[in-house]
Amino acid sequence: MKVRVDPYRCEGHSRCHSLAPELFELDDFGNATAVGDGAVPPGMEDRARLAAANCPEHAVEIVEDAG
Amino acid sequence: MSDSKPGSGAGPRPDADVAVQTCPVSGEGGPPPVERPTVTDWRTDWDHLGPRWRDDPFPIWDKLREGPIARTERFEGAWLPTRYEDVKAIAYDTDNFTSRRVVLRHRKFEDPPLPAPPLTSDPPDHKEHKRVLLPFFTPEEVGKLEPLARRICNALIDGFIADHRCDAAQQYARHIPVRIIAYMLGVPIRDSHLFIRWIHEILEIGNVDDEINRNGIKAMRDYFRHHIALRKEGRTEADPDGPEPDLIRAMMDGSLNGVPFEENHVLGTLNLLMVAGIDTTWSAIGASILHLGRHPDDRRRLIEQPELMPTAIEELLRAYSPVTMAREVRKDVELRGCPMKKGEMVLLSFPAANRDPAVFPDADKVVLDRRENRHVAFGLGIHRCVGSNLARMELRVAIEEWLKRIPDYRVDGEVRWSDGSVRGPRILPVAFA
Repeated sequence: MKVRVDPYRCEGHSRCHSLAPELFELDDFGNATAVGDGAVPPGMEDRARLAAANCPEHAVEIVEDAG
Repeated sequence: MSDSKPGSGAGPRPDADVAVQTCPVSGEGGPPPVERPTVTDWRTDWDHLGPRWRDDPFPIWDKLREGPIARTERFEGAWLPTRYEDVKAIAYDTDNFTSRRVVLRHRKFEDPPLPAPPLTSDPPDHKEHKRVLLPFFTPEEVGKLEPLARRICNALIDGFIADHRCDAAQQYARHIPVRIIAYMLGVPIRDSHLFIRWIHEILEIGNVDDEINRNGIKAMRDYFRHHIALRKEGRTEADPDGPEPDLIRAMMDGSLNGVPFEENHVLGTLNLLMVAGIDTTWSAIGASILHLGRHPDDRRRLIEQPELMPTAIEELLRAYSPVTMAREVRKDVELRGCPMKKGEMVLLSFPAANRDPAVFPDADKVVLDRRENRHVAFGLGIHRCVGSNLARMELRVAIEEWLKRIPDYRVDGEVRWSDGSVRGPRILPVAFA
């Protein structure tokens, strides 16, 4: 599983970062990006989904592994 | 900003100066009652400044969601979307809806007395107007203020805990955000009572009284002018432990395309930071304490399972969103069959959107571990509240410290809600052992 933040949709609510700080980081203006390449470590899938389900801008995307 | 060190220094300043000052206007039983014609049909004559809306707006919104976007001829003609999707569509549509005016008044000022960038800015300038502020309000920067927030909360509780009762709005919630924003702006905490009075004048009674509104804005503007003048002489009355630069200095140094911000811009933003950050968060803290006082099961659950705090805070913000904004129709536009004419106003009720059952199952129920919660308490799109992380931290800390020291309490007396477009308890009597 991977997470991705759409930079055009993100408005810096930082809800993803507060719910899953291991998966999302913020720049100096509070806008979010995925940590590293966005790969979700095993066991963190639920937190990733929670972060996506709390973004008011629908900026957080979940990419499920194929298969 | 990286030098801000709110947690350092044993100085007795922001948190110790806690003599609870009585606000000369709103401290005594709330604002004066405003006589308004009674609403007969909410679909065609709604009024968000009347007593029914103030005391219990939720059934009104539920009814209105079933029909077209509600209309009123009050406020020189205005619309009221109550569905999440409609509120969202308008918040995103900055072409058809301008933020030039963001408050509904009984009649519009010819020109808004003082713009409040970035709140009242539209694209393309909006982005740079906001950018100067954003670094002050990231979770990381706001986190540095958390020890100060905890000290303020505890000092306030020290002031009334021996009485076994207090007004949680007047003696607690009200004083937390004002002290923190004063610290961030770089003005003395002791002036807090002035800010609370101006806000009351501008946002509550000022919506229906032009002179009080203008006087409040003028007083605030003169106040910041004074503090800017001090800085130009190399002086300041800021807390010596406060952030460097503070928000006043940052605005003085701000520019757009290399051109320094005009004085009106600087003063407008400073006024906004003062106004926007105080009664809003005060309202959220008060409403949350009220909810937990009336729902002992939720209270106990939160005490026993503190890991619920992150979702619980968002849920309380959803269910008791304090802030309603407005937009002005920029050009004739039709939305869901409603013909909106240029110059008309739209009341953008984020609180109503957050109770929309089409988006939130059991919308009227507070579910502390609600999983999917795309609430819009801080708005949507480019005007997302710049202080949302600060408000969230203040609300969390205020609830945590309260529950640590007053885990068992009950609402004991009549609750009085605010008037105007920021909704929260202004009188909140509670009793505890």
